[in-house]
Amino acid sequence: MSNEEIIEKINGFLVDEFEADINLITPEASLKETLDLDSLDFVDLVVVIENNFGFKAKGEDFVNIKTFQDFYDYIIQKVNQPA
Amino acid sequence: MNRVVITGIGVYSCIGQNVEEVRDSLFKGKSGIGFEAIRKEMGFRSALTGILPVPNLKDKLHRRFRNSMPEEAEYAFLATDEALKMAKIDDAFLDNNIVGILYGNDSTAHAVIEGVDVMRQKKDTTLMGSGSIFQSMNSTITMNLSTIFRLKGINFTVSGACASGSHSIGMGYFLIKHGMQETVICGGGQEVNPYSMGAFDGISAFSVRENEPTKASRPFDKNRDGLVPSGGAATVILESYENAVKRGATILGEVIGYGFSSNGGHISQPSVEGSARSLKMSLKDAGISVKDVDYINAHATSTPIGDMFEARAIHEVFGDAKCPVTSTKSMTGHECWMAGASEIVYSLLMMQNSFVAPNINFETPDEDSAKLNIVSKTIEKNIDVFLSNSFGFGGTNSSLIVKKVK
Repeated sequence: MSNEEIIEKINGFLVDEFEADINLITPEASLKETLDLDSLDFVDLVVVIENNFGFKAKGEDFVNIKTFQDFYDYIIQKVNQPA
Repeated sequence: MNRVVITGIGVYSCIGQNVEEVRDSLFKGKSGIGFEAIRKEMGFRSALTGILPVPNLKDKLHRRFRNSMPEEAEYAFLATDEALKMAKIDDAFLDNNIVGILYGNDSTAHAVIEGVDVMRQKKDTTLMGSGSIFQSMNSTITMNLSTIFRLKGINFTVSGACASGSHSIGMGYFLIKHGMQETVICGGGQEVNPYSMGAFDGISAFSVRENEPTKASRPFDKNRDGLVPSGGAATVILESYENAVKRGATILGEVIGYGFSSNGGHISQPSVEGSARSLKMSLKDAGISVKDVDYINAHATSTPIGDMFEARAIHEVFGDAKCPVTSTKSMTGHECWMAGASEIVYSLLMMQNSFVAPNINFETPDEDSAKLNIVSKTIEKNIDVFLSNSFGFGGTNSSLIVKKVK
């Protein structure tokens, strides 16, 4: 899967599952604030990541994810990581 | 002691998705029963069920609310939203007053099974998602609605089997009567999915008249062969008479009596004695005699044994008073945890519109039902006082009496 395809897939579930406004999703925007995420939402983020990319994210993985770009980079890195 | 009145009703059921549709169905004697083929694939004896769509609340509620709501909470939200609007209770009222909620519910089978399926398959609990816990708890309806409507009063779920909805109204009535609450949202909700009804089907409680779905639910008829499961939700807004008058709310009726009892016997078999005690207690609480009751909405579910016991109990208490009796379950099927509340809504609609809805499919009386005045066709009739029975597994009984306020 190319990086563009991964980003497209992420934006797709953020719009579908988290009902994000696609116009507000920019690489520099804050993931937490743009999506208005609370602690329960992070659980559901773990669920959609697993459903879409087949790996389970850990809570501590989100500590350094501030922007959408951070989120894309994290997923891209995990997807391309050798099993 | 405060007088307790009803100022709003709402309903989402297989005979209509709002009060207006339901009123028309009741008047026309329209059945909401159908055949759901998937149940046969799942091993059901009977695929008969009340048919109603699962609502889409995307435009009405934020995803965070929806995430915590199983279908029964969605039905209850719609019924409650309708009832609050009818009662003219808006956001400002909810924010500035102590409003409580007591709602009947006794299962969350679909949410529990879906969650456990994920845990079994993925060997992981986080992947069950954040909504699973809130959907799976038996108090799911009250926890969701109290959050959505920002309620600040009494807040818990009443689990009393098929009398849950009725007891919720009875308890709300009790709290307001004794001055502990001014306004309480009462009601009952019932999931309709096959998971919730498999075990009930398994004890051969359901009608197998699958070739004639709309004729399957036939309470009191000699040829009845079981109940038809159904569901949805119904809400009744209770408040003190004083509060309702002060607000200028329209008073739809007054709850004047609540009776209850436990049979102290078999887990599924009712009893004449236990049911009759509930009826008598409600009449005593209301301070009226059987001659004052213009209509009885029977619990009768269409099971051979249950209807027989109720017919005997009504006859024992009412004797030859010949008050019209119908079971609206002939049209709706058995709405279980919801039924005690929905049947107050159905009966109120009859009282408001001066008719008795028919006990459809009542064609041949049996020895016990022949002693009652069971109405099989819609009749026009003024109703000043009605009584509604609800009985449940474990021998829990509830009877409510509502009077027109003139």
